[in-house]
Amino acid sequence: MNYKIENVKQITVTKPLKLDCGQTIKDFPIAYETYGTLNEKKNNAILVFHALSGDQFVTGTNPITNKAGWWSAAVGVGKAVDTEKYFIICANVLGGCMGSFGPKNLNIKDGNPYGLKFPVITIRDIVRAQESLLEHFKIKKLLCALGGSMGGMQLLQFCALYPNKTFSAVPIASTASHNAQQIALNELARQAIMADPLWNKGNYYKDNKIPKNGLAVARMAAHITYMSDKGLQERFGRKLQEKKDYEFTFDADFQIESYLRHQGNVFVDRFDANSYLYISRAMDYFDLSKQFKNGLVEAFQNHKTRFLIISFSSDWLYPTKNSKDIVIALNASGANVAFAEIETDKGHDSFLVNEPEFLETLKGFLDSNFEIFKNEK
Amino acid sequence: MKNEFKIIVNLLPIQSRVLDVGCGDGTLIEALIKQKNIDVRGIELEESKVKQCISKGLSVIQGNAETELSQFPDKAFDFVILSQTLQAFYQPENVLNELLRIGKKVIISIPNFGYWQVRTSLLLFGKMPVTKSLPDTWYNTPNLHMCSIKDFYQFCEEKKIKIDRVIGINNEKTSSINRINLEMKNFLSEVGIFLIS
Repeated sequence: MNYKIENVKQITVTKPLKLDCGQTIKDFPIAYETYGTLNEKKNNAILVFHALSGDQFVTGTNPITNKAGWWSAAVGVGKAVDTEKYFIICANVLGGCMGSFGPKNLNIKDGNPYGLKFPVITIRDIVRAQESLLEHFKIKKLLCALGGSMGGMQLLQFCALYPNKTFSAVPIASTASHNAQQIALNELARQAIMADPLWNKGNYYKDNKIPKNGLAVARMAAHITYMSDKGLQERFGRKLQEKKDYEFTFDADFQIESYLRHQGNVFVDRFDANSYLYISRAMDYFDLSKQFKNGLVEAFQNHKTRFLIISFSSDWLYPTKNSKDIVIALNASGANVAFAEIETDKGHDSFLVNEPEFLETLKGFLDSNFEIFKNEK
Repeated sequence: MKNEFKIIVNLLPIQSRVLDVGCGDGTLIEALIKQKNIDVRGIELEESKVKQCISKGLSVIQGNAETELSQFPDKAFDFVILSQTLQAFYQPENVLNELLRIGKKVIISIPNFGYWQVRTSLLLFGKMPVTKSLPDTWYNTPNLHMCSIKDFYQFCEEKKIKIDRVIGINNEKTSSINRINLEMKNFLSEVGIFLIS
């Protein structure tokens, strides 16, 4: 990562946090950003959980990268998640690289970056680390918690840990348990990073020779999984990149090659390779059903939270089946649940781009639930 | 709101737990919440209708009742409603068994194939009937298993399903149906509503 993290909002979590791996951490920073205004009754707060490669800068201009926030399509003035109406909070995950406690932070013991000495974390650790943020804003109950992909996993974990902290919840294109294919794809990304000699067992911070190539390949592979076969074909097909014919070399002849290389290159500027290892590992360890004796059903027993589960028809990374399993568990436990599968060619990325059917559904759910929440005694 | 829904709203006690199977755009669910403070869930096949329901704040899941009712535990609901949809399933008997499993009671309405207009259409004109409650033509109807009020009544008796109440609807008029007036009501009612358990 090339950017310097300066002037980001942070809280220091002073309460000791016992991690799933057995270690305890305390006095660590969690970086966050907010949008909109918290109203007097504090009933318009929405907590957003970001995905693997996301950060706290949900919308507007990301002050670190100077690019648009990752969920600008959904969050903003007059958007589905309207910042004129709602107060949006998003934290950078534990293990991340945008100001929260992560592997590039300095270890007080020896003054060096943690690297692989950073403890291996889980989705549950990530969620527990963020909980102090609600205390910080003195919010008793959120109007809604939102999250796509890994954000949805955090959200399910959040609901299971704190049954009464949110009125409604929308896990999008997510899963309650990482499956073999999802673990396999994460492993592919990690091996790409670790195969880069510059990775150097995680010690690359000192002379800033970062494992760019490895991280870029990891990102390229991941990017393919975020799109659908049909979406790729329609956008790129066999189109050539600014040339009339094949060049009979291994340069990027095809547009899709050029596109992936570009995605890989811009990613290494804003993301830390070790963070990628740690966060992807947390996803792989995620299996909410394992935390309860009677499985997933027990996770949501007697919950009052109003759930909306959303999946996308062309998402093969977190397919509808994963979402339906959550719906089935929620129904079996008598929870309040709505579910919609959005018909689209945009694959897993559908939740990040302008997908009107999805955005309208999200907006309708939020606005109607805000009315119900406001009138609740 | 159509007469059938008004009758169903009246049949249900306040604060019960209800599942509306094939809930469409959620008109009935809204009425139940508003008038009876009922905790209602819905299941609907069509994405656009599911979206409408969700936008109204209704807890509706997109799914196929033919295959997806198994996710609900036994007696999860006080009432399960199936409005004029039974005839469109591939295996109506299986669906009915599922409804009776997940609901303590089931409210089921059927477009009556024994209605006089239906009978005369076939008898006098030799054509498949098109009426207010059977608006589709033979080649585009979703209905696979049409039955009459009498058919369904006898079916319940055969399968030892308890019939708590039967109501016939003819335009705005409603009437109670029992063993004695079954023949006549089967002729005069456009729609039949059964409360069974």
